[in-house]
Amino acid sequence: MAKMNLLQAINNALDIAMAENEKVICFGEDVGVFGGVFRATSHLQEKYGRARCFNTPLVEQGIIGFANGLAAQGHVAVAEIQFADYIFPAFDQIVNESAKYRYRSGNLFDVGGLTIRTPYGGGISGGHYHSQSPEAYFAHTPGLKIVVPRNPYQAKGLLLSSIRDANPVVFFEPKRIYRASVGEVPEEDYELPLGKAEVLKEGTDITLLAWGAQMEYIEKAAEMAEKDGISCEVIDLRTILPWDMDTVVNSVLKTGRLVISHEAPLTGGFAGEIAATIQERCFLYLESPIARVTGLDTPFPLVLEKEYLPDHLKIYEAIKQSVNF
Amino acid sequence: MSQTTKTIEVIHKPEFIQGNEFKFPIFQVLKQDGATYKGAKLPEMDQEEALKIYRTMVFTRVLDERMLAAQRQGRLSFYLQSTGEEGTVVGFAAALDDRDMIMAQYREQGALAYRGFSVDEFMNQLFGNELDYGKGRQMPIHYGSAKLNYMTISSPLATQIPQAAGYAYGQKLEGKGLCTVTVFGEGAASEGDFHAALNMASVHKVPVIFLCRNNGYAISTPSSEQFAADGIAPRALGYSMRAIRVDGNDILAVYLATQAARKIAVEENEPVLIEAMTYRLAAHSSSDDPSGYRSKKEEDVWRAKDPIARMRNWMIKKKWWSEDEEKQLQDSMRQEVLDAMKNAEKRPPPPVESLVTDVYDEVTPQLHEQLEKLKMHVRKYPDAYPKSAGRMTHG
Repeated sequence: MAKMNLLQAINNALDIAMAENEKVICFGEDVGVFGGVFRATSHLQEKYGRARCFNTPLVEQGIIGFANGLAAQGHVAVAEIQFADYIFPAFDQIVNESAKYRYRSGNLFDVGGLTIRTPYGGGISGGHYHSQSPEAYFAHTPGLKIVVPRNPYQAKGLLLSSIRDANPVVFFEPKRIYRASVGEVPEEDYELPLGKAEVLKEGTDITLLAWGAQMEYIEKAAEMAEKDGISCEVIDLRTILPWDMDTVVNSVLKTGRLVISHEAPLTGGFAGEIAATIQERCFLYLESPIARVTGLDTPFPLVLEKEYLPDHLKIYEAIKQSVNF
Repeated sequence: MSQTTKTIEVIHKPEFIQGNEFKFPIFQVLKQDGATYKGAKLPEMDQEEALKIYRTMVFTRVLDERMLAAQRQGRLSFYLQSTGEEGTVVGFAAALDDRDMIMAQYREQGALAYRGFSVDEFMNQLFGNELDYGKGRQMPIHYGSAKLNYMTISSPLATQIPQAAGYAYGQKLEGKGLCTVTVFGEGAASEGDFHAALNMASVHKVPVIFLCRNNGYAISTPSSEQFAADGIAPRALGYSMRAIRVDGNDILAVYLATQAARKIAVEENEPVLIEAMTYRLAAHSSSDDPSGYRSKKEEDVWRAKDPIARMRNWMIKKKWWSEDEEKQLQDSMRQEVLDAMKNAEKRPPPPVESLVTDVYDEVTPQLHEQLEKLKMHVRKYPDAYPKSAGRMTHG
C-alpha cells in the first residue's frame, strides 16, 4: 500500500489503464506536457507518447464529439473537461450522442469506451464558474453512468471500473479534496463496482446519504450526532446513475429516517429523486420527513461560499430535527 | 508549442484584408449534354462502375418519389428526399474504399445504397418494423449499418462532424490506411460542432474528409442568409486545411475530387474539405413546403442541371446506356420499391421488451421493474394499445 492523495490515485488509475490497454487514449485541455490544470494526467504523455495523451484546442463540444467518434471506432476515450462548469458546451454531445449511441442504433454502434473525467464542486473560492455540481442534469439522461468518488481509494477503483465499463461514464472528481484527501491506496490494479452504494458505518436511528466531497461533512455530522446518542448509518452513493436503490431502501426500512446532502441547488437536485423513491418504497416505515441539506437555489457564490455550502453543522441540525420530529 | 516565428510582412498603415476578396473556383468536368470540357481530367471509370453509380442514383430517386407518395398517403410518418443531390452523394461514395467510415447527416441514402443496403433494408428502417436494425427507435431515414461502415444517423445537426474527426483519429492510430467521410449541409456548417471539428482535425492531423452539400437551403433559409462569405470552402483555409469546391451535380467531378481528397487524407493524414455546389430540388422534408419561400422559376433553372440526366447523357454518348434500358430500369425499380414497401408494412414492430434494451449494455434493475409494470398494465387494458404490444414474452 502507498499513501496517495486523490489526484495521485487518479493518475495511478490512468497509468494502469493505459499500460494495460494500448487503446486507452487520454486527452483534454492542457492534459499533455503540463499534466492537466490539477496534474491528474502528469507524466502520461512522457510514458505513452503524444498520440495517446494530448492537448486539445479549447473546445469542449469538440473534445466530447471527438471522444464519441473515437469510442465508436473502438478506442477507449478518456476525455477531461477542465472544470465541470465547462461541460455545458458539450451537453449536446453527451446527452444526445454519448447517451443514445447504442440505443438509437439498435446496438450496431456504441460509445461504451468513453469516460469523461471532470472536477466538480465548491470550497476552492472558485465562484460560480469553478464550483458547480451539475450531476443532476446528467442524471436525467438514460444511457449515461455517473460516478463520484469520495477518497483516493475509491477514486482509483471506481475510475478503473469506469474506464473498463461498457457504457459511457461521467466521472465527477471532488476537486476540493484533490490534495486534502490522502489515504492508503493499493499500488496494484483493482476495481470497485459501479451502481453499488457503500455502507460506511452501520447504525439504527437514521440514514445519512451523500456522495463525493460531501461525505467528509456527513461523516463529521454523524460523529457529532453519535455523541448525542443518535446511531447513524452512513452511506456513500458512489454512483448517481444508475443508483443503488436497494441499499438505500434497506437502510431506511431499518432506521426510518433519511437525510440526503449534496452541494448542488435544492430544486431539481438528485436528492429529490432519491426522496421520491424512498417515500414510495418506505412510506409506512418513515418516522419523519426525508430531509435534504443542499446548496441554495442560487448560482454558486464567491465570498459567501461557506454559508452557501451544506456542511457538517447544517447536516447535524437536520439529523436532530429528524430525530425530534 | 508556442507560436512559430515565421517571417511576417510588416505594414505601416492600417490596411485590412477583406475576407470576401478571395473566390473559390469550381471544379467541373461534365457538361449538361454529356460532353466533357476540353482538357478536363477524366476519371478512370469503366462501364461497370459507371452503371453501378447510375443505377444507384436512379434507385434513390425512385425511392424518394415512391416514399414521398407513401408519406402523403399516410403510410409513412416522415420522409427526407435527396432529389437533386444524387450526384454529390453517390459520387463521393463511389470514390471511397468500402471500408472507409461514412458519418452522414440524413440526406445521403445514395451512399448507403451504393454500398449495398438493400431495398428491403431501407424499407425495414422506414417502417420501423421488427427487422429494422435500429429497432424502430428513430424516425424514418435514420439508417445505419455496421456491416457497410455507415454510422447510424442522429437527428441533431452537425454532431457527426467532430465525431468523424475522433473516428478518423482512431483509424490513424490503427494504421489501417482508411479514412472517415462526414457529410453535412451548408446550414449545419453554422453549428459550433463544425468549427470544433475542423479545428480538432487540423491540429491532430486526422484522415477525415469533410463534405459539405451546399444545396442552397437550410430548411427554408436560403444560403444568402446562412453565411456572408463565399460559401463554406474558404473556412478550411482558416484551419490550414486544403479545400476544393466542386460542381455537386457533376458526378465525374465529385468522384475525382473525392478520390484526390481521400489520397490526401489517407497518405498524408491530413483533413480535407470538399464543398459540393448542388441544389435541393425537393422540400427539406415531407413536413416542409418550399413554394412558400422560393420560385418555381428558380427550381426550373436547377431542374435543367439534373445530375442524373447529366450522367445519362454522358453514358449515352459513350454508348454505355440507351433510352430502352432507361425505361426498363425505371419500371423494374418502381416495382421493386413497391413490393418491398408492401412487405415491410406487413411486418410487426419490434417487441415491447426492446423498449428497455440497449440503454446500457445490460438492462438495469430499474428498467426491468419499469418494463414489468408496463406489461402488467398492457395486459389489463389490451384494447387500448397496439395489438403488437401483446407480443411479449411472459414471466
